[in-house]
Amino acid sequence: MGEREGILLAWIGTGPMDADMLERVRQQVQATFAVPTRLLRVNGPPGDTLEPRRGQHSSTRILRWLLGTASPGAAKVLGITDVDLFIPVLTFVFGEAQVDGPAAVVSVARLRLTYDERPAPPGLLEARLAKECLHELGHTYGLVHCPDGACVMSRSNSVLDVDRKRAAFCRDCRQRLWELLGGRGG
Amino acid sequence: MMKAKGSILVVDDEEIVRDSLASWLEEDGYRVDTAPDGQTALAKLREQAYAVLLVDLKMPGMDGLQVLAEARRLQPDAPVIIMTAYATVDTAVQAMKQGAYDYLVKPFEPEELSMMVGKLTHTQALRRENILLRKALKRRFEFKDMLSKSPKMDAVFELARTAAKSNSTVLILGESGTGKEVLARAIHAESPRRDGPFVGVSCAALTESLLESELFGHEKGAFTGATTSARGKFEIAAGGTLFLDEIGDISPKLQLDLLRVLDAREFRRVGGAQLIKTDVRIIAATNRDLKKLVESGTFREDLYYRLNVIPVTLPPLRERKEDIPLLVEHFLAQFRVEMQKPLEGVSAEGLEMLMAHDWPGNVRELKNVLERGAVLARGPIITPLDLELAPAPPPAGGAARDTADSLREVERKHILATLRQHHWNITRSAKALGIDRVTLYNKIKRYQIREDE
Repeated sequence: MGEREGILLAWIGTGPMDADMLERVRQQVQATFAVPTRLLRVNGPPGDTLEPRRGQHSSTRILRWLLGTASPGAAKVLGITDVDLFIPVLTFVFGEAQVDGPAAVVSVARLRLTYDERPAPPGLLEARLAKECLHELGHTYGLVHCPDGACVMSRSNSVLDVDRKRAAFCRDCRQRLWELLGGRGG
Repeated sequence: MMKAKGSILVVDDEEIVRDSLASWLEEDGYRVDTAPDGQTALAKLREQAYAVLLVDLKMPGMDGLQVLAEARRLQPDAPVIIMTAYATVDTAVQAMKQGAYDYLVKPFEPEELSMMVGKLTHTQALRRENILLRKALKRRFEFKDMLSKSPKMDAVFELARTAAKSNSTVLILGESGTGKEVLARAIHAESPRRDGPFVGVSCAALTESLLESELFGHEKGAFTGATTSARGKFEIAAGGTLFLDEIGDISPKLQLDLLRVLDAREFRRVGGAQLIKTDVRIIAATNRDLKKLVESGTFREDLYYRLNVIPVTLPPLRERKEDIPLLVEHFLAQFRVEMQKPLEGVSAEGLEMLMAHDWPGNVRELKNVLERGAVLARGPIITPLDLELAPAPPPAGGAARDTADSLREVERKHILATLRQHHWNITRSAKALGIDRVTLYNKIKRYQIREDE
């Protein structure tokens, strides 16, 4: 792998990393985007991303931090964390990405729960995480939200939305991604 | 993939709120503009139409309610959502009374924001589509609506398809009834602007001042009777195509105004001071010889070159008569459905007549003749009698048609002129008239037409 190539999945959680689950997600990401994908544990997120009044971390600040510290050699870096994320106007976000940029972040904090806030079974968490990783990485390659509710690029406002979509791009988004990748995969 | 949606204006004094809201909405495919204060917001509202406005309630200087009041005046169709960090019933009631669509308490639930904005932009799109559909011909025009197997038309379609992909101005030339508007709609339907509006203006139908107001809109009080301000076609067609029909008929003043808009891509409403940006693709059309109008000084040369970027010439029907049977079939299929009549076709004699006609009114005339024939036909076959085809104009040097003549007299004169033109050769005359020899003999007998008269 050369300079600034491939995708880096960085575990930036406060708790222990579920290495087996993340390895399976890595394989799914690599197969979907057809680019080399690595998994790394990075200490984080830094304390200044926490907003004490809300008890949540600013996803935008995490993106800034990821860009500065955690992307050695990778074209795209996706931080995966267990802290709850927010942007100032919203109560929470599952993740945030720079559209057509190098960084994205996904949180498992809410993916771990069912709609009525009970713990989700491990298989369900893994499926949700894979979908959200593909979704945010899709943004970093330049894709925007898709009106097809079954497409992984459709907007998810709740875990129900995440469960409703498939872990795959619809035909149109796949075609667009292929064009954005310069016809070299996806 | 998500198509480009409407524009949203976010007004908030906090940069982080503007940025995060903008990027969140942009991920959904909306175009987002932001303004840090009321004054900037109003300036933007004067420049561009928005589908939805998200306005913060508490801002230094002009507050959200003041922005709301001005926004209702400048863009009454754009729904305003008030954002507030302090949920009080009083402010909510006041905002709703002043015409706000709804209010959101910061921080919002993503689902709530998504649904509200989605519902509003969808409603806006439906409203706009509804207006356009009612104004349009209730059907979408595509190249397949333009039937032809003529090589001349193939060349036209090829050029028009290429033109459709670009954003360049197209000038459609052709006689009346050749399908200039149908072609313009087809170009629009195949263009990247297909989801935007197609707005047509007939430049010859209106007086100079009416056309000016029609094109550029006007402000309240701009002239007697202007009791409200109104958007012009350049504003209504934003994001789509503006079809300027009969462009050869516009006055010198409007030629100059149009040239300025095409150059600067901005204009002022009649009686207005504010410059408004325009984002339209122009398709102009005329049945007149623009080049000659330029030579005679009636049409500005600089405007001619501005419009004549991609000229497309539609041939008259008489130059593609091989298309007549195809067009007959097409129109009859249409009338069969519209009239709920079991029409099978036009008799061989009738078709000969249609083929022989010169069609000065082109495809439109053919359609009208067939429609009349379809109404009058007593059985499933349309006969020459049902067609009531107006005679072709007399050959060059012939007497001008007397409009007071009865149909019998017109037909008699036309038959006599044709016989003379063909030196009383019955076979050739019958062919030119589109009838068989027996019918021609019968008509000569009935009208008592003599060779020596």
